[in-house]
Amino acid sequence: MKIGFNQINKHFGDVHANADITLEIQGGMIYGILGENGAGKSTLMKVLSGFIKPDSGEIFLDGEGVAIETPADAIKFGIGMLHQDPLDFPPMRNIDNFVVGQGRGFLLSYKEVIKEFQALQRQFGFTLDPDAYVDTLTVGERQQLEILRLLWLGARVLILDEPTTGISIQQKEKLFTALEVLAEQGKTIIFVSHKLEDVEALCDKVAILRRGHLVGEVESPYDTDQLVEMMFGKQISITEPTSIAQEKVVFQLQELYVEHYPLTIENVNFRLHAGEVIGLAGMEGSGQDVLLRACAGLLRPVSGRVIVNGKDLTGKRYLEFMKNGVAFLPASRLEEGLVPGLTLAEHFTVVTDRQKQLFIDKAYFRTITQEMIDDYHIIGRPSTPVESLSGGNQQRAALSLLKDSLSVILLEHPTRGLDIESAIYMWDKLKERCKRGTSIFFISADLDEVLRYSDRILVFFSGRVSKPLDSGSTSLEQLGQLIGGKGWDEEIVNEEFYEADT
Amino acid sequence: MKQTHKRGLSILFQLGGLILAFGFVTMILLLVDADPRQAFSLIWEGAIGNTTRISSVFVVWVPLVLATCGVLVTFTAGLWNIGIEGQITLGAIFTTGVIRLFLDLPVPPAIVIALSILAGMIGGAIWAGLAGVLKIYGGVNEIFGGLGLNFIATALNIGLIFGAWSRPGIASMSGTEPFPQDYWLPTFQSFRFSWYSIGLTIIGLVVIYLLLQGTHFGLRLKAVGKGMKSAYRLGIQTHEHMLLSFLVCGLFAGLAGSLQVVAVYRRLIPAISSGYGFMGLMIAMLINYQAIWVAPIALFFAALNIGGIQLPIVMKLDSSLTGVLQGSLVLFILLMQGVKQRVLGKG
Repeated sequence: MKIGFNQINKHFGDVHANADITLEIQGGMIYGILGENGAGKSTLMKVLSGFIKPDSGEIFLDGEGVAIETPADAIKFGIGMLHQDPLDFPPMRNIDNFVVGQGRGFLLSYKEVIKEFQALQRQFGFTLDPDAYVDTLTVGERQQLEILRLLWLGARVLILDEPTTGISIQQKEKLFTALEVLAEQGKTIIFVSHKLEDVEALCDKVAILRRGHLVGEVESPYDTDQLVEMMFGKQISITEPTSIAQEKVVFQLQELYVEHYPLTIENVNFRLHAGEVIGLAGMEGSGQDVLLRACAGLLRPVSGRVIVNGKDLTGKRYLEFMKNGVAFLPASRLEEGLVPGLTLAEHFTVVTDRQKQLFIDKAYFRTITQEMIDDYHIIGRPSTPVESLSGGNQQRAALSLLKDSLSVILLEHPTRGLDIESAIYMWDKLKERCKRGTSIFFISADLDEVLRYSDRILVFFSGRVSKPLDSGSTSLEQLGQLIGGKGWDEEIVNEEFYEADT
Repeated sequence: MKQTHKRGLSILFQLGGLILAFGFVTMILLLVDADPRQAFSLIWEGAIGNTTRISSVFVVWVPLVLATCGVLVTFTAGLWNIGIEGQITLGAIFTTGVIRLFLDLPVPPAIVIALSILAGMIGGAIWAGLAGVLKIYGGVNEIFGGLGLNFIATALNIGLIFGAWSRPGIASMSGTEPFPQDYWLPTFQSFRFSWYSIGLTIIGLVVIYLLLQGTHFGLRLKAVGKGMKSAYRLGIQTHEHMLLSFLVCGLFAGLAGSLQVVAVYRRLIPAISSGYGFMGLMIAMLINYQAIWVAPIALFFAALNIGGIQLPIVMKLDSSLTGVLQGSLVLFILLMQGVKQRVLGKG
């Protein structure tokens, strides 16, 4: 089936997730959609599969304009989507999952269905037990089940959103073989990914999205450098990072092993110096958020040690980390950062150390808040509820709430959603703190930001962590390739070992 | 300008809810062929017709206010303390237990009463603490935990009334043997109305108002209730605060149960909590968790309760009609809040 997108637009708040996307996908091929996180890939696919309604634009199937309002509509048109997180029913049996979305008939003939199920899975060499429960399956097997289900429902177009995240190499090979078989049968496969290697190995043609825009289409065989450039944009001049790192080690990870479904991060060793800025680069969900949370005591490591200022805090909770000068600023500002419904002044009251008295000295905290508002250029008043601040101002407020004497600040996407001015301001404020000896770990999807502000960089790919790369001698291309899973040879792997110096 | 405009609209919506609730009850009355005007005037007369009735209203007001104050604390922390009924019952049981313990000992009754009230508060707090521990450390939703604990409290109460603490000779639904008069909380003239209860209730009101409006503890509870993850990230010990909110609520519930024993019934009866806990939850929702409104709205509800007693006597209607009125008030006012948000947009 031929699929046509015509001028698809979709906004989420201020974010233009899909901007005038016009694209045609021929049937009977494996078509890749490539882009970094937040490029708009998933949004476009969710528009096609009826999960999201576009603000404007049309979809054509075999040249005919169609209205796809719900996922059920999509299936009726023969479009099935395999989501990044499997949308199945873990406490049910495979075969129940298999039949649950079907519309025909009322009574189920399990014998018949199981026969069809077995016949279908034999085509692809899958070996799922129809009576096994879904929660006993691996991610890869759950994908297989979902593919079978969609095919059985009559899908002629199969959309796979980041299907190779969290599955084993053998399962990946099986998946690719199955997809190739399906393409040969005339089905259209849309393969959404940020992994260059996978796209290069599998796709006949690929479209690259960046920040909501379609950058272009490329046909196999590919030139990796070209793909990287299309994904991340042309490299702009990078100012030399001015390092203010000191000798003193304030924070150490020793053979850290963290598990967080579906990722496993193994054997990370790292030493953070006072005043140093470390960028964590990688596609979203490659493990950098997992590591950051483990550094804050929000995730308990399986083994290894987290040492703050010479003190072993492994397994302690976040409040203990806070007491020892570690602070965490999450990306989801209103879910984990600020408390919606509380005013700015109330926030400063909550975080204060001056809680010896029983009653709140409201005048005092109003003054303090006003000082911080002036200092951090927050557009708002002490009595403004935080949820009515703009994103940039929320971020400044969150930063201003952090204590002055911190050893380490852990940041998730410190400038996401901020305009350039706010972003620069944010970093000025952070660098000020670095000068006073605070070190910073930050995650960012913006590679320019990572290169510009970091002293050293850790790259993440599917739970693998690179050795610390010196940002001065790392190029954007090199970083882009590593993030896409290329060039992970021996010398890049994190295997340094430091003697414990407690 | 825009602010006052919004506030005016907001009051209009509240009034709309009020009118709808009365309209709804009027409709029910018409359906059963009763004269709505007579019914409403009976309720009014029944509540304020004479001093006995007015004093009865205040007798009901005391546990209502205390229960509402209690659940305001748990609501502030974002918790649904359905278990308040059981906490009231446990307060009553502990109080009765302490009085029975000291009955034959040479301790001045005034001290025994004071001790028994204190014990009642502790009893309520223990029961609330259980719900809290189940929630925080056992992962049992406080609604389910509270519901279960309510059943256990009722069973325990009935078990005591018909078992260990039953009247000599015959166990009866009318409760345990009444205490000697020395062990009653002194009442005003011959009414069941006690200045001590009123005094304790007013102290409770002030404490809750100050706690929620002016203290660091109250603000931290609010932060936990509004955004637990963020509150934790800002350095608040969320679990401890949740547990404390349960304990404070339990103290108030226990006090309510205790006063029912020493000031109203002077014994333990099976339905000692009388549904005041649930009604407290309703009032808290109705007043949108604003402590300042507890006293007047609880008074209104108490008046409805007492006024409703006249309905079966005069009109042969069931007195639960006032319950319908109270329930529909809450429903319609909440409904109108929802409608308001849809109409005006959030915020």
